[in-house]
Amino acid sequence: MLVPLSWLKEYVPVDIPTAELAHRLTMAGVEVGGIKETGAEWDPGKVVVGEVVKVEPHPNADRLTLPTVDLGGEAVTVVCGAPNVAAGQKIAFAREGARLFSARSGRIEPLRAANIRGVKSAGMVCSALELGIGDDHHGILVLDEDAAPGMPLVHHLGDAVLDVDVTPNRPDCLSVLGVAHEVAALTGLRAAEPELDYPEEGDPIEDQVSVEIADPHLCPRYAASVIAGVRVEPSPRWLQEALEKVGQRPISNIVDVTNYVMLEYGQPLHAFDVEKLKGARVVVRPARQGEALAMLDGETRELSPPMLTIADAHDAVALAGVMGGSETAVSDGTANILIESANFDPVNTRRTARALRLGTEASYRFERGIRAELAPRALRRATRLMLEVAGGRASKGIVDSYPGRRAAPTARVTQRRMKQVLGVDFGSEKVESTLASLGFEPAGDSKGDGAQGWDLRMHPPYWRSDIAIEEDLIEEVARIVGYDAVPTTTLSTPIPHPQPRPREDMREELRDALAAAGMYETISYPLTSLKTLTDSEALAGAPDPLRVANPMSANMQLLRTSLRGSMLETLASNLRVSTGKGLRLFEIGRVYLPPKEESEERGLPEEREVVVGAVTGPRYDLTWLADSGDMDFFDAKGMVEAALRRLRLSAAYEPEAAQPFMQPGKAAAVSCNGKAVGLVGEVGLEVLERFDLGGRRVAMFELDLESLHRAAPDQSYGYRAIGRFPESERDVALIVDSGVASAHVQAIIDRHKLVKSSIPFDIYAGEGVPAGKKSLAFRVTYQSDRGTLTAEQIDRAQAGILRQLSSKLGAAIRM
Amino acid sequence: MVVTSLDNIEAVRVAALAELESIETLEGLERWRVSHVGRNGDLTKLLRGLGSLDPESRREMGAAGNRVKALFEERLSVKEEVLKRALLYASVDDSIDVTLPGWPIPGGRLHPTTRMVRDLCGAFVSMGFQIMEGPEVEWDRYNFEALNIPRDHPARDMWNTLWVNYADEREGRPMLLRTHTSPMQARIMEKTSPPIRVVVPGKCYRYEATDATHEWHFVQIEGLAVDRGITFSDLKGTLYEFARRTFGEERRVRFRCDYFPFVEPGVDMSVDCFACDGGGCRVCSNTGWIEILGAGMVHPRVLEGVGYDPSIYTGFAFGLGVERIAMLKHGIEDIRSFYSNDVRFLQQT
Repeated sequence: MLVPLSWLKEYVPVDIPTAELAHRLTMAGVEVGGIKETGAEWDPGKVVVGEVVKVEPHPNADRLTLPTVDLGGEAVTVVCGAPNVAAGQKIAFAREGARLFSARSGRIEPLRAANIRGVKSAGMVCSALELGIGDDHHGILVLDEDAAPGMPLVHHLGDAVLDVDVTPNRPDCLSVLGVAHEVAALTGLRAAEPELDYPEEGDPIEDQVSVEIADPHLCPRYAASVIAGVRVEPSPRWLQEALEKVGQRPISNIVDVTNYVMLEYGQPLHAFDVEKLKGARVVVRPARQGEALAMLDGETRELSPPMLTIADAHDAVALAGVMGGSETAVSDGTANILIESANFDPVNTRRTARALRLGTEASYRFERGIRAELAPRALRRATRLMLEVAGGRASKGIVDSYPGRRAAPTARVTQRRMKQVLGVDFGSEKVESTLASLGFEPAGDSKGDGAQGWDLRMHPPYWRSDIAIEEDLIEEVARIVGYDAVPTTTLSTPIPHPQPRPREDMREELRDALAAAGMYETISYPLTSLKTLTDSEALAGAPDPLRVANPMSANMQLLRTSLRGSMLETLASNLRVSTGKGLRLFEIGRVYLPPKEESEERGLPEEREVVVGAVTGPRYDLTWLADSGDMDFFDAKGMVEAALRRLRLSAAYEPEAAQPFMQPGKAAAVSCNGKAVGLVGEVGLEVLERFDLGGRRVAMFELDLESLHRAAPDQSYGYRAIGRFPESERDVALIVDSGVASAHVQAIIDRHKLVKSSIPFDIYAGEGVPAGKKSLAFRVTYQSDRGTLTAEQIDRAQAGILRQLSSKLGAAIRM
Repeated sequence: MVVTSLDNIEAVRVAALAELESIETLEGLERWRVSHVGRNGDLTKLLRGLGSLDPESRREMGAAGNRVKALFEERLSVKEEVLKRALLYASVDDSIDVTLPGWPIPGGRLHPTTRMVRDLCGAFVSMGFQIMEGPEVEWDRYNFEALNIPRDHPARDMWNTLWVNYADEREGRPMLLRTHTSPMQARIMEKTSPPIRVVVPGKCYRYEATDATHEWHFVQIEGLAVDRGITFSDLKGTLYEFARRTFGEERRVRFRCDYFPFVEPGVDMSVDCFACDGGGCRVCSNTGWIEILGAGMVHPRVLEGVGYDPSIYTGFAFGLGVERIAMLKHGIEDIRSFYSNDVRFLQQT
């Protein structure tokens, strides 16, 4: 909402600096998002009001004149080329040095004294263009009569337009008068209401038109007046200027007045050509199914109930609260008009405007719920202004049909509640005077400071529709007194007992572990496309993803059921700009699975948290220290192992060949305590192709957080006293069938009670090892908690282990 | 014969120590030893000359001479060590170029949003708030209606919504991607009874075109404190403390009236611009203030909706945008950087 200061001053004589006014409004909840000033660049000492005393011809030029200008006691004569300069005019005068727009250079530059055809000119009579307030530079700008010579022009013509961001609860501030009421409360001034009376010289309104409201819920109030014999013509300058300042295009005096009063009161109005209302009737009724209406924007729309129309005896002539019809619109030939000022149901107006995608200044105000009390006031105001600018005779009386009348609203505020909500009591006097400054009126049965504390009942002013409950009044007082006046205290209520969050703690631990393992965390959009899900083999065997009803784009239609796709896309986008460095990325995010029967919130999808990680490219950034290989399965697995170690989980890895996402033979199913928790492997070659990653090796892992959480922490990771006796290490090399998994060998080694741990450190096949066999070497750490192990004890243990390996796996010692 | 005097002892000390500095070989060091503390060394001779002095002077100069002698012996052994070490390392040439880079240990990092969420939640946790999380796919009821935003309310325009296609939609249970973390207010209050003091971080979604300052996908932190006796003053104090912890003790904080349908009175909190200290700059759009969060006293209708008696319980709620604060703290100019996941961004922030 644009509010020119000049217009605001019609109601409230605000005299504080504009910036301060904007600040106060903003602090009180009426945010001024910007201020556009006109005349700010006019130097008050150099650009002033002047009065043309006389105009003499230029001795050497026919088209130039020599006006003498009175600048308030000082008279100067200048050279002027404007055809319209005349004695008696009030004009804008610029002295030498004033910074003005130059039509010749197209820039703002200081005015220089000039000698024009032999006559010295010490200043200039300005055009609108030179002042930067219009396009006209053929003639000088003639000011209003009341401008005083010598007065800085900025005081007469300067203005500032406040750009107010109005919150949805304050339709009253979608009007200059509404903002003026706020300003009055914030400055201690009183806002003057506009004049509403006018001569009622025409025929009684009842003889001219009848109004009928079919549905009082959809139209609680309908007021109208008729003016006979208007002249439709352009508006006078003050009206055009007022509208132009708020960005509206002047149309004709009749339309301009309806717009002006809408901006003044926040009450939308409409003017009909009475002659075109068939049967001289106004019927406010829901549209008939399929009823067509040609509207003011040139479109014809098909309506349906319960869209509300204004109809005549036969047809809909306007869409109530949204837009008028073209059939009955005021045109150049219109002589008799009906002015409508009505109140329409907010919800129905909003639904209508949305259904037709036709939001207008009118519907915007009605859907916010303006007060029905505005209707007759705005009607009288508009009628008065129409008579002023378009002539004619106003009907005797007005129509004011108010079937939706309700008792004057009352709101109450008590000392007890104010203290309870704000933590401070401003006192009944302060509260009452603050509310009075906002236009609230006492509702009679208020109580002063009694045993129960004070208790005030107030009627909100006629323009406010947002006051219903006690908290509303408390906010009114607090925002006008200022939130700074409320004390600042710390919470003194008991701190609730903390609830453990093991799942989230585990997730954060995992996040830290993966970052510590050298991975960067990514966060991606959870909306994806069918193609991405299909390409990443995330749909097979999975439930159908949920769909967004109003997607913003084709690639964001589905709620993801897997993070794989976005991770591969992230890799690809990074590789497009990367310089061949290795990438290690992970994301912890939600997937959205269609609701399950047993889900906690029946009907909502299950939001499952999943960890996905990916590595690709050289293991090390280029270094002189080593040749770097490309990362592979074991890099990804190393990340998983590091992360699970941090969570005190030990995992088993079994070959996984059944799923199509990973390469067969290079993928493992990960399980903890026998429960599947995820997958690690090298991504399938076809999948890589689909994500523009063809030719690369990408190793990924996927872990399900819920499954990790359910796999109870492995007790073996709990604290055990550090062994007091020394450890001994022995290496053992074995020959086994090449199909034997090292984990099986290791499990047998680790089973011995003197073995503390073992690590495979060499795998070899080839020369020296029979075909179909491989050599596996382990370093075994022995330790006893009973005493230092002797060489013989270790030999015995190792021999026992080898017997086990031989009988279970057919292993032989490699010499 | 040189007369033993304090001056002479001092002269020997100064000269000998200066000489020692420049010695570079063990042979040179031996020559130095002989010429100062050897049998015929200059210090030895001076000490020998003590005998001819009166007892008073003998004591005084003896002490001084012996201090110098002890000093010489100590310096001698230190110098010997240094020379021997130098000799040892000089014999094998395995020195390295210490200016070469070390092993390129891969660096990992948490996403800036994650770290910001932790920092911001941490400030509230230290004030007794507990972290909770909730669903991103929500019912209209929690996202709007329980928050005093009925269907067809114009305030709904404040939250452009992404709706989820859902079979039940015709039965009047529209499903959506939550537009803010506020639906957790009703969820938490329905499940627990006061006292409540929680913060809820989480992703939110809006049907919105993205540009440098708007993302359709973003992270908010919701806060809620409800109990008997919680006031607007407590709201101010809690959020003021939060701002000081997050933005620094010297920051000034401003509370102004604002509107959210689920609070009354409503608040907007700003801090003075830390780029210009409130003078006005590009970061704060020349206002000197930066809006940080929206807040207010929980609306009585919201309390009634979850079965709390608003005449007994009061509380405050707040909501803040995590990326916005991270942008301000790191000087990030484009919010789209957060979720395009360019490693060059993730490495820096």
